[in-house]
Amino acid sequence: MKKELMAALAIARKDLRTEWRTRESLNASLSFALVILVLFSFAFDLDRDERLAISGGLLWLVYAFAGALIVNRSFARELPNDCLEVLIASVPGWAIFLGKSIACFLLLLIVEIVSLPIFGLFYNIHWAASILPIILVMALSTWGITVVGSALSAVTVNVRLRELMLPVLLYPLMIPLLIGAMELTSGLLNGNAVLSDVRLLIVYDVMFTALALYLIEFILVI
Amino acid sequence: MRAVAADRVWKYFGDFPALRGASFEVSKGACLALLGRNGAGKTTLLRILAHLSKPTKGEVEIAGRIGYLGHGIGVYDDLSAFENLVLFGQFGGVENPRQAATEALERVGLTRVKDGLAREFSRGMRQRLAIARAFLHDPDLLLLDEPFTSLDDRAVAVLQQLLGSARARGSTIVMSTHQIREAMELATDVALLERGKIVFSGPRSSEMLLDPGWLYRNYGEGAQG
Repeated sequence: MKKELMAALAIARKDLRTEWRTRESLNASLSFALVILVLFSFAFDLDRDERLAISGGLLWLVYAFAGALIVNRSFARELPNDCLEVLIASVPGWAIFLGKSIACFLLLLIVEIVSLPIFGLFYNIHWAASILPIILVMALSTWGITVVGSALSAVTVNVRLRELMLPVLLYPLMIPLLIGAMELTSGLLNGNAVLSDVRLLIVYDVMFTALALYLIEFILVI
Repeated sequence: MRAVAADRVWKYFGDFPALRGASFEVSKGACLALLGRNGAGKTTLLRILAHLSKPTKGEVEIAGRIGYLGHGIGVYDDLSAFENLVLFGQFGGVENPRQAATEALERVGLTRVKDGLAREFSRGMRQRLAIARAFLHDPDLLLLDEPFTSLDDRAVAVLQQLLGSARARGSTIVMSTHQIREAMELATDVALLERGKIVFSGPRSSEMLLDPGWLYRNYGEGAQG
């Protein structure tokens, strides 16, 4: 078990290292998030209450789309030189999945942390006062996005149109998570959040993590 | 003692049976040459042994750690040669991956370029890196899919040397190949696949060594008797 967990961490480190060198998904995801946030701020002339009302929804839609760009590369990164074959022959499927999910989680978290101040600036929303609960919601929701996204990345890795297939499968599965994250984030920015709603995110994360860890071997080895 | 056993293994791709009840055993420390024409099912069988694919029917048993060398080189272009080997050392549970990587690079003659990215290597250097990767963790079982195909002479020499050391250490080797002469020199056992079926499985005989076509003539498609 310890050996497998070390292998999972090694996979996560490897993915982060190669991403740092190529910046293939981080650049795309970050620029997408920033451009959408900036464009929306110019597209709609909203008063303060309206801005607060849509804040959670806007943020999490941007994060969900940015997340899809990151998870899309997760297993596809293993295709050149048939590295996925060697990985499957060397490491149990659940450890590969865990390593990939950790890497995607950290990458998406970077995108979120960089884009949050830009969001605050362009929409004139003060988020710093509720930073700790926002980070909690971000962490839980981001883990949910990356777990489901990484599992679907494994499902679609050998599909010819995987860049199209992954979002088609991913977004419907994320609906309960996104609704919870949007409501909580809007509530936190408005100052009327009910933090017990976090339970929805926890249940989603636990359920999909367990399901993905169980199913990944069947997905990878066919 | 058995290192590998396949018991009536079937594999279907859609309606097409790529393997039809393949059964064989390999003893610990033996070297099995898996022969057969293109499409006979060699790669499918090796992929099943490497846990890359599940048999539709039948069972396989593998003892110990696997080293796999497939058609692709299986190394990361955006990591250096050293980083690649440390990574695979960690996967293989090597106690000191950095030291193992350093020694492996020395064995395949890549010490000088250990910090170079794999993408910047020539084809021959990439092949040697792939060979170092497959042998790095001293696997108990080596699964090699056409290992000599398109290797340059230096890589062939490195591979032969590492195969010899692995044999001396007691590792079991299963390799598919079209290079019958090289295979017969290394093999202790031979299996011939024809359209997904093992038509011959047994020890390598002196006839096979002297006449590489002997096996196909006597057991291959269209063989007499």
